[in-house]
Amino acid sequence: MIRVQNLVKKFGDFEAVKNISFHVERGEIFAFLGPNGAGKTTTIKMLTTLLKPTSGSVEIDGLNPASAQNEARKRFGIVFQDPSLDSELTAYENMEIHAVLYHVPRAVRIERIERLMKLFELWDRRKDAAKTFSGGMKRRLEIARSMLHTPKIIFLDEPTLGLDPQSRNQLWTHVKHLNETEQVTVFLTTHYMEEADRVAQRIAIIDHGGIVALGSSAELKQQTGTETLEEAFLKLTGSAIRDESASSADAMRQMAKMWSPKR
Amino acid sequence: MNVIYILWLREVKRYFRSRPQIIASLGQPVLYLIAFGFGMGPIFQKAGYGSYRQFMAPGIIGMSVLFMSIFSGISLLFDRQFGFLKETLVAPVPRLQIMLGRTLGSATSAIIQGSLVFVVCLIAGFRPINPATIPLALCFMAAIAIMFTALGTAIGSLLTDMQGFQLIMNFLVMPIFFLSGALYPLKNLPAAFAFVTSLDPLSYGVDGLRTVLIGSSAFGLTTDAIVMGCITLLFIGLGTYFFSKIQL
Repeated sequence: MIRVQNLVKKFGDFEAVKNISFHVERGEIFAFLGPNGAGKTTTIKMLTTLLKPTSGSVEIDGLNPASAQNEARKRFGIVFQDPSLDSELTAYENMEIHAVLYHVPRAVRIERIERLMKLFELWDRRKDAAKTFSGGMKRRLEIARSMLHTPKIIFLDEPTLGLDPQSRNQLWTHVKHLNETEQVTVFLTTHYMEEADRVAQRIAIIDHGGIVALGSSAELKQQTGTETLEEAFLKLTGSAIRDESASSADAMRQMAKMWSPKR
Repeated sequence: MNVIYILWLREVKRYFRSRPQIIASLGQPVLYLIAFGFGMGPIFQKAGYGSYRQFMAPGIIGMSVLFMSIFSGISLLFDRQFGFLKETLVAPVPRLQIMLGRTLGSATSAIIQGSLVFVVCLIAGFRPINPATIPLALCFMAAIAIMFTALGTAIGSLLTDMQGFQLIMNFLVMPIFFLSGALYPLKNLPAAFAFVTSLDPLSYGVDGLRTVLIGSSAFGLTTDAIVMGCITLLFIGLGTYFFSKIQL
């Protein structure tokens, strides 16, 4: 479903992604684990047509996202690290706009919005503005929205960041359910080891722009001779703390938080 | 087409739902009308230019359309880093359609805002010489709105953080307003200053409004219309270009 070969991305002299190769099977849940600044988001951006690779090849359902951009975009859904709902609009309106943007025919649109919103337990709140939703509900709405155009793959970039354990638990239950009922391939990134352990069939550990290990949770533990995935992760990536210099995006994030208390 | 429509609709819905903001943004024009209308009125009258309130009302309408449209254009910056814009930019639709939907929607909101200010002016005692020319005034408002939403979009696409915002406000938006002749006649100015005001696109918008509403013109209606048309197209081009260059 996803095939990546010798993928490289350079920003000036800095090599953010160094020659990585992997593939994701149809219907699989695949997790990308890595410390801050390891290259997770950069990789997702290249897979989702938002960034052009410096070299190497990417295939999404047989398509090259760099050349067949719009075709590739119809095949996947994406949930970004930062919220991307229009908080002034209602949940239903957010779904509706997505359907129009992805050319979902009107009749299908109405039926599918209702089905997905019921599935994600949001139907009763469909007429409420997204800004009145809790963090977990917003995330669920974004995932429901990303499924609207029946994509074959969904990309979830740290979807549980900032959620409480109950919401995280519920979110993954939904994702697993979706994966089973709709046979959608899931590509996710996360910081939480136990989540990857629980939902992902295979895990790639990425550090300093390269993949340092790839396999099922059991294989990774065995390979490193550790008991838990967290220990395996720390053994593979070291326990040094990564200081990311604050980018302008971080500053904006702070600002956005200050201005919208309900986020 | 559907895509442009739904994004247009989104902007207009957002405008109507932000009622406190609508009321707040009517405050500034009212303040100008009262402070300048009453404060400068007697001097203006004595200088033989007639009623200052009549004179400044088209300028105040132009001002509110300018502010509203340039800000909604620049608000793209917020939307882009942490909001909804991402959702539209990964959709399988051409960026041009996204830019057009947004711009037309914001411009529509600005026209509605301008019309509200027009009503406020009427309440304050402003009287257009001929009500039949009001549709023409709406055309000029639309041109001002589209022009500056497109300019705001171009700027919003270029900025990467909020630091530049204050700079734009002080060195672009306020000069555009103050040099436009919204508050004073453009006739009999020192040559160098007159030249500067003639470079300000809003001068032609306000002059157009003034021509159709109170029959007083500095450049002539044809010049106003041609200049507004050309600069609007130019800014749409700029907006489209920089919008297409946005990287997430």
